[in-house]
Amino acid sequence: MARKVPQINAGSMADIAFLLLIFFLVTTTMDVDTGIMRQLPPPPDPNQDIPDIRERNIMNILVSKSDRLLVNKKIGNIKTLKNDVIDFMSIHHDDLAYPEVTLKSIDYIGDVYTTKGIISLKNDRGTSYNMYIQVQNELAAAFKELRDRLSMEKFGRKYDKLINEDYIDAINKAVPVRVSEAEPEDVGGN
Amino acid sequence: MSRFKKQGSKEVPAISTSSLPDIIFMLLFFFMVTTVMRETTLIVRTKLPEATEVQKLEKKSIVSYIYIGPPTQSKIYGTESRIQLNDHFAVVDDIQEFVVLEREAREEADRKFLTTSLKVNSDTKMGIVTDVKQELRKASAFKINYSTLRKVVKKE
Repeated sequence: MARKVPQINAGSMADIAFLLLIFFLVTTTMDVDTGIMRQLPPPPDPNQDIPDIRERNIMNILVSKSDRLLVNKKIGNIKTLKNDVIDFMSIHHDDLAYPEVTLKSIDYIGDVYTTKGIISLKNDRGTSYNMYIQVQNELAAAFKELRDRLSMEKFGRKYDKLINEDYIDAINKAVPVRVSEAEPEDVGGN
Repeated sequence: MSRFKKQGSKEVPAISTSSLPDIIFMLLFFFMVTTVMRETTLIVRTKLPEATEVQKLEKKSIVSYIYIGPPTQSKIYGTESRIQLNDHFAVVDDIQEFVVLEREAREEADRKFLTTSLKVNSDTKMGIVTDVKQELRKASAFKINYSTLRKVVKKE
């Protein structure tokens, strides 16, 4: 015999849903992780010789334990660092003060001059992380600017607006991020 | 001209609330799907530095985190910066094992894209960070990300 089941009152359903909703609203974190990407070099091979790089091809950046900068043995400034790096890594033909340039042919771009310059970054154990990040940030900004320039010249749009993977690859090859981090050592003591 | 004035009753009919639960459920499902529960409890303080040239970390499933900073309970553990892996304090020597375990936990195809995100307090000295980086190199976890906040650039 079928008995009539009384209707369940759904009026409180909204309240229950609200309760759950508020729980998720409170616990949700909408933060996106952002950061500076870097590629570490593989550990040095003891049998490998130290590559012989000419003095003029290296830009030495040293961050001291008191967070001061030494750029090519002169006191540097974080505000001018970006422009210094751009200037150093730009193409200067037959100028002994700047690194050597070589002509490279790269797919999709054709023949371009690339610099042999390397940024050598060295920090002390006592350097603050914040300062180190600021320096890394300036270096990243400088390389981004260089890539933007080449990209504008070759493809007519900025580097981060490029869609074609091959074009991005080509620019990466033409302007590699050449930052070498020296093996750590105590420079300034404690 | 009272053509449209029909039915003298001026009462506004009660708005039906029967679809309210549906609307709320919709919102609820949205938040349930987007929520990422934090899996580690931080026991070190990481006040991240700010930078302008930041990139987004896209796939969260292939990122492993290393936290470095002064302990939150400074009365017990002191103020010297420490490393936190998962839920515990760790020493530099634990990192290689940590990387191996993290790698094992990922799918085969994702392993070579594994990124290590370093969440380091901005006042921490570079010594400990350098040690961690050296260990990561030994463990061949070469892709790293210095976690930073996006700096708001003032327009001049």
